[in-house]
Amino acid sequence: MAEAKAIDGRSLVRRRAGLRLWLSASWLGLLCLVALFAPWIAPKDPLAQDLFLGRLPPFWMPGAEPGYLLGTDSLGRDVLSRIVHGARVALAVALIAGTITCLIGATLGLLAGFLRGWVDMIISRMIDIWMAFPPVLFSILLIAVLGPGLVSIIIAIVVIDWTRFARVVRAEAMAQGAMDYVASARVAGRGRPGTMVREILPNVLPTIVVLLTLEMGIAVIVEAILSFVNLSISTDDPTWGGMISEGRTSVHQAWWVLVFPLVTLFLTVLAFSQLGEGLKDRFDPVLR
Amino acid sequence: MADLYSIEALRLSLADMTAKPLFGAAPHIEILRGLSFTIPRGAVVGIVGGSGSGKSTLGRALVRLLEPSGGAIRFDGTDITHLPEAALRPLRRRFQMIFQDPMSSLNPRHRVATIIAEPLRLHGFDAIPDRVARALDHVGLPAHFASRYPHELSGGQRQRVGIARAIALEPDFILADEIVSGLDVSSQAQVLNLLERLVGDLGLTLAFISHDLSVIRRLCQRTIVLHRGEIVEDRPTADLFADPQAAYTRELLEAIPLPDPAQVWT
Ligand SMILES: Nc1ncnc2c1ncn2[C@@H]1O[C@H](COP(=O)(O)OP(=O)(O)OP(=O)(O)O)[C@@H](O)[C@H]1O
Ligand SMILES: [Mg+2]
Repeated sequence: MAEAKAIDGRSLVRRRAGLRLWLSASWLGLLCLVALFAPWIAPKDPLAQDLFLGRLPPFWMPGAEPGYLLGTDSLGRDVLSRIVHGARVALAVALIAGTITCLIGATLGLLAGFLRGWVDMIISRMIDIWMAFPPVLFSILLIAVLGPGLVSIIIAIVVIDWTRFARVVRAEAMAQGAMDYVASARVAGRGRPGTMVREILPNVLPTIVVLLTLEMGIAVIVEAILSFVNLSISTDDPTWGGMISEGRTSVHQAWWVLVFPLVTLFLTVLAFSQLGEGLKDRFDPVLR
Repeated sequence: MADLYSIEALRLSLADMTAKPLFGAAPHIEILRGLSFTIPRGAVVGIVGGSGSGKSTLGRALVRLLEPSGGAIRFDGTDITHLPEAALRPLRRRFQMIFQDPMSSLNPRHRVATIIAEPLRLHGFDAIPDRVARALDHVGLPAHFASRYPHELSGGQRQRVGIARAIALEPDFILADEIVSGLDVSSQAQVLNLLERLVGDLGLTLAFISHDLSVIRRLCQRTIVLHRGEIVEDRPTADLFADPQAAYTRELLEAIPLPDPAQVWT
């Protein structure tokens, strides 16, 4: 009988190694190091132009120059160095915007779902109103008003995406609030704020972590899209979105200018989305 | 003062959300309609009744998870009928509750040790690890279960943790709401034995809600029969089984398969 075996062994069963956690965490860890030490890691100056070295192919193709591993763009700027420096903006936006969005959205969702009543009424109405705006238009409008720049992008992401957290966390907190362990905490004499933080929060935390890493991936994409339409930071600073936008125009002559940043972007977004699920598998005490 | 609880004309009505009109307030339905009874210190009182008769509602009012809409609940001389949560908190240690569904009543992301220790911490107990160990020992769980999560326990073991959490606070009164109805027959017997022993050892006052009359008969000295939010009978259990007065009690007694050698199947 499964129950009988469980008495002895269930807590001893080791979790699966979690390949997806290791892969995604390694990629993101590497990216963080690269972003931190970009000036020392990047082989070239990402802004240095050399028209004689324009559209050099990556190292394995005929005509490659040593020192330009992933080739150069039409202005002769080193693609690898630009990707390395682009990681700074991408990760800064992902971590800062993701975290702030999560804190605001999850807090509001938790309050609404647990306290119910008029608090829920106000927060739910706000969510409804927010959801009525088309997000892409909303973000472009916001950036247009705030002016381009890193801070504007972060503000735009937070302002638009907090509802993503608030909605899910509210529903989850509401479901948890109906459980008997909440009534039990009350019988034990725990107040409302304590119950919310000590009883409900641990049970919505796995969901919050998954949403947070997803949001970080989304932030990377949003930043790339805004760079693509030239609404991100100043065009001089290398960004992955900006590189993709520039590479698009010369994709037939120099595909690498487009493909390498695109692949990096894709891997990063994928890694973020897998990180959350991986963390949940590894650390959530309740096996699903 | 021999009575731990004295309940007078207790009324409780709740808003019926299913019948709420689009605008305006939901109609209230009366769930408890003027109950009066007492629970003497040290007594084991059974509360029986059909489904929907208001047993759980009465229980939740006793531990003030619900606020009555009329009448009075006095606990050890203190009127707790409308006591606000803050004033109630220091008293809460003294009346505890064991829930029907042990999976739902144990926080799935807390370890057993935390589940038992948190209420102790809230009420400022000292030597908490010792008390946790003693509570586990009382309910017959090995000490190393303290580091387990609820999903790593069987149903009967979970219910024992629920009991350990309640008795660790050294309460005067425990409400047990259908605590064995979710368990298989052998776990039921174990939990009931345990409860019987604890009542004797710790001098607890117990209110035991059940629709299983054979359990009530075994455990409780006195039985209150509830029907549609009213008390139809409140007598010593032996008398009640021997000579049910109310028609409803007779119906209940007939509905349960008590061993009856004279029974002839036709
Ligand atoms: N929150 C609520 N809102 C409205 N009505 C409720 C609510 N809770 C319970 N009721 C109603 O109150 C009545 C008594 O419910 P209660 O849970 O006390 O019954 P019970 O005797 O414990 O039944 P059971 O044996 O099925 O557990 C039922 O008719 C039920 O529908
Ligand atoms: Mg009930």
